[in-house]
Parts: sequence; C-alpha cells; structure tokens
Amino acid sequence: MTRYYQKEIETASPEQIREWQNERLLKTLQHVWDNNKYYRKKMIDRGVLVGDVRSVDDLWKLPFLTKDDLREAYPYGLMSAPLSDCVRIQSTSGTTGKRVVAFYTQADVDLWEECCARAIVAAGGTKDDVVQVCYGYGLFTGGPGLNGGSHKVGCLTLPMSSGNTERQLQFMTDLEATILCCTPSYAAYLAESLYEKGMRDQIKLKAGIFGAEAWTEEMRHDIEEKLGIKAYDIYGLTELSGPGVSFECEEQSGMHINEDHFIVETIDPETGRVLPDGERGELVFTSITKQAFPLLRYRTKDIAVLSREKCSCGRTFVKMSKPMGRSDDMLIIKGVNVFPSQIETVLMNKGLTSNYQIVVDRLGTTDSIEVKVEMTPELFSDTINSIEVREREITDALKSMLGIYAKVSIVEPKSIVRSEGKAVRVIDKRKLYG
Amino acid sequence: MSVKQLSVFAENKSGSLCEVTSILSETKINIRAFSVADTDKYGVIRMIVDDPRKAAYALSEAGKIVNVTDVVGVQITDETGGLDILLKTLAANGINVEYLYAFVSTAANAADVVIRVSDNGATEKILTEAGYTLISDIDIGKK
Ligand SMILES: [Zn+2]
Repeated sequence: MTRYYQKEIETASPEQIREWQNERLLKTLQHVWDNNKYYRKKMIDRGVLVGDVRSVDDLWKLPFLTKDDLREAYPYGLMSAPLSDCVRIQSTSGTTGKRVVAFYTQADVDLWEECCARAIVAAGGTKDDVVQVCYGYGLFTGGPGLNGGSHKVGCLTLPMSSGNTERQLQFMTDLEATILCCTPSYAAYLAESLYEKGMRDQIKLKAGIFGAEAWTEEMRHDIEEKLGIKAYDIYGLTELSGPGVSFECEEQSGMHINEDHFIVETIDPETGRVLPDGERGELVFTSITKQAFPLLRYRTKDIAVLSREKCSCGRTFVKMSKPMGRSDDMLIIKGVNVFPSQIETVLMNKGLTSNYQIVVDRLGTTDSIEVKVEMTPELFSDTINSIEVREREITDALKSMLGIYAKVSIVEPKSIVRSEGKAVRVIDKRKLYG
Repeated sequence: MSVKQLSVFAENKSGSLCEVTSILSETKINIRAFSVADTDKYGVIRMIVDDPRKAAYALSEAGKIVNVTDVVGVQITDETGGLDILLKTLAANGINVEYLYAFVSTAANAADVVIRVSDNGATEKILTEAGYTLISDIDIGKK
C-alpha cells in the first residue's frame, strides 16, 4: 500500500534529484549573495565568491552557519527577502541566549507544508483521515507544520494544540481521530490515560507521527502496542522550516530527507571535514528552495548516519538515522561515541525523571563510565531484591543503547552536585590526567 | 490488622543511619524496631515506629526517600523454638517470607515479629487459624 504525496518527486531517479539540487543550489546561492550581507561577508572572509560554486560537488567550499550566527544576526540579519514579502515567523524555544526567529514567505510556508503532507501520506494518511494535532501551536513549528500538511492532504484536521488531556481524549474518541501528531512522550501519556479511563477500545487511531524530542525503539514498540498503531518518526528544525525536513516511511528504518528542498551532508564535528555516507557525523543542511530564510550549510549539531540503500517504499531520498545525540556533548569512551542524551532517554523511558550524573574515568588504559542516579519513590522499595531488579533493567537498557557497559549507582536524593541550581551532568575525570 | 513499616533508602556511607535516627529523635518518634538490609552500595533501613505517619512526613521533609509498607505483625512466646515453629507453620502453608525481624513485645514473655510476605491477608488467616495473636499499629503505639 505504498502511497506518495508527490510520487514523481519522491521516487525520482538519483540523477534527477542531483539535477534539481544543482540547479536550485546555484539559484539559492545567487539569491543569498545578492540579498544577504551577513552570508556574503562570511563567504568573502573565506575567500569564496558566488562563481566558485558550480554544483553540489563544490558545496564544501561554502562557510558553515551555526546557531551562534543566527543569534548574532538576530532578528533580520539572515533574511534574504524583503520583509514585505514575508507572511509568517516561527521561533525556537531557546533556553539560553536570544531566541532564533525564522521568516517565511507564502511560498516558503507552502513548501514546508508540502513536506509535512509527504510525512502524513507516508504514514498512511488520505483525505478520509482525521488528524489530531496536539503539538503546540504558535511560535513552535510542530502544530502549524503538521496542521498545514494535514490540510494539504485534505484530512479533517483537529487543531488541538498541546495539553488538556481530558479534551484530547474526548475529541479523539468522539471525532474518531485516525492519525495522532504529537511528541512521543505525550503519546505515551495519552495511551496511559486511555487505559486509566477505560477508553482504550473507543479509539480509531491507526498511525502516529511523533517528533520534536528523542525517543527509543523501545518507546516506539510500547506506544504502538498500547495504541494499536504504527508510530512514525519525523524530524525538522525551525531554522530549516520545521518538522518535515525528513520523515519515516512504512519501513520505519530511518527518515527520508526531502532532498528536493534540502541538501544534506555529514561532517566530522571536530574538523568540519565532510564524511562519506554511512559514517556517523553531524548533520549539515542547505536549504535550496526557500526565499525568506534560506540557510546554507547549517550545522545542526545533531549526530546521525545517512544511508543511500534502496528503500522498499520506493522513495529515493536518502535516509537519516534517528539523531543519536548532540555533537557538543559527545563523549568518546572505549572508542565508542556516547551522548548524555542517550542516557537521559534510557532513564526517561524507564520512567525515571530523577537527577543523574555521568562520571567518566580511566583506570590504567581502560575507560569506565558510571551513571549515578538519584533514588526516587518510583525506584525505591522495601526489598533490596526489587531495587536490584530495577537497577539491572537500567543497566541492560543502557548497554543496548550505548553498546558498552555502564555501571549504574543509585545514590541518595539531592546528593548529585549542582552548580547554580543546575545538576552537573558529566564529570570527565580523564581530563585531570591530561 | 497489619502493621505499618517505614523503609528508608540510605547509601552505604558513614553517618547515613545516624541521620535517620536523629531526624526521628528530633520529631519525638519512638523507634520500636530497627533493621538494615544492605548491599555493598546501599541499604534499606526498615523500622517500626509508634507514629508512622508523622515519621514518614518528617523523613521525607528532610529529603529522604521513604516507603510505607503494610507488613504482618505477630506475637510469639519468648522461648526456645518460638521462631522456628512460626516459620514452619508459614512454610507448611506455602508462604514465602521475603524478610522478617523480631523485637521486644509490650506483652510479658513475648516477642513481636514483623513478617514481609506478598499476601498479607492469606498469611494473617493462616496464623490466626494456627492460634497466633496478631498485632496491629495500635499495639505498637502502646508504650
Ligand atoms: Zn522508505
């Protein structure tokens, strides 16, 4: 039952895709060069002129953009279209520093929504479906993106936004929603609530499109089983448009990147060197169809692997793995890349919201990793045996996530050192030895 | 009919036990029974106190992780073989004991035993039928 939103694009030959990319890259680069002083200066500083880039093969010559650039250029510095052509802004919920604001012309919004429509159709959506969108609406891109995509497919769209679980469940059952769009943790919470209220048999859901946060395969199976659906991953960044930069097909083994809109590269986060497909590295995207806010070689800090293996769904777009972590948090332990976010995901999936700390050490020439977890009421029991069972579960889950053994130590609540109220997540003692 | 037991998480480091007892002492809680189960990394302190609610509140206010569990309390005669007969009775009826500990009873020539099992109701029924006297929080609270 393979279905596509735009068949001729999504299943185009690699040569055709490359042709689109070459043509659109040059057009976008000229557009940015002509209209964006900030990036033009970056190019000149690097000694690259617009004519030096003749095809995708020359992409490496261009300077990177980072979130710091976006902050520095806030708010209008990276605009490439007159403000009068823009119709929309979206913004990221920055926890540190200035927010990042992205601008859209009507054409930009349409292309973004098309990307989301592809994701919905890949998840089995048709105009007969009822799509319940409980991502936040507003500055956050989750709600508006999927909402627009759902309209494009022609689905009845329920613009629920986030929260108010009672009302979510009422609409889900009364209006017989068939596709659920939200964060994976909220999907798990909705599933839980359905069981609690004895409403599990009143739902008509068949699929879910879940993104905007890290989740594991284990969590996917859990949600799929509880809701009786297929759960699809979706990826995107506000800076690049929003959700729909890439999306999963029925194979559920990585997300197809919309390569007619984005050129993807993976780089070594340390050196910036471009890596071959199949090697784990930081994702770098170049938007090639946007007017208002096209970003060239934007470093996402997300670490993932690209695969060009033929997909059974018939789509020819390259697939990216679920991001494994953030490049600036990466630890190398026993030669293996470990991300604190992976550990946090494991703990979260085990229902542990407690404080944790990762201690990396070296004994002789062998690295060791210890994960300290503060005791919580959920983890505690009066019998040592049940605490040990939980401890082993966490150890096993970490092993399967990280690929290496990590010692788990349960410590007293509030015993993990905090600095200015925030827990210190990683202590790398190896640095002490230089 | 059951007895409320407090359990508290404690890391294996000096001062852990003392911290717990001093919180209870400051709150004027009388500890009737106290036992520690531990691994090489941490321990679980189990206690029977005269006012479990007040004690649990004080401990969690102090940042401790506290559990309140219903356990079976039973009186045995303070003589040779008393505990042995009790355990044999339980084993004969297929009751698996997770742990138990005894303490001095308020009754003369008797000891109180706290037993942690998975099915309190069934255990209490077996013990009553075997002629044992069960104890409750009210008995514990008696000075
Ligand atoms: Zn596919």
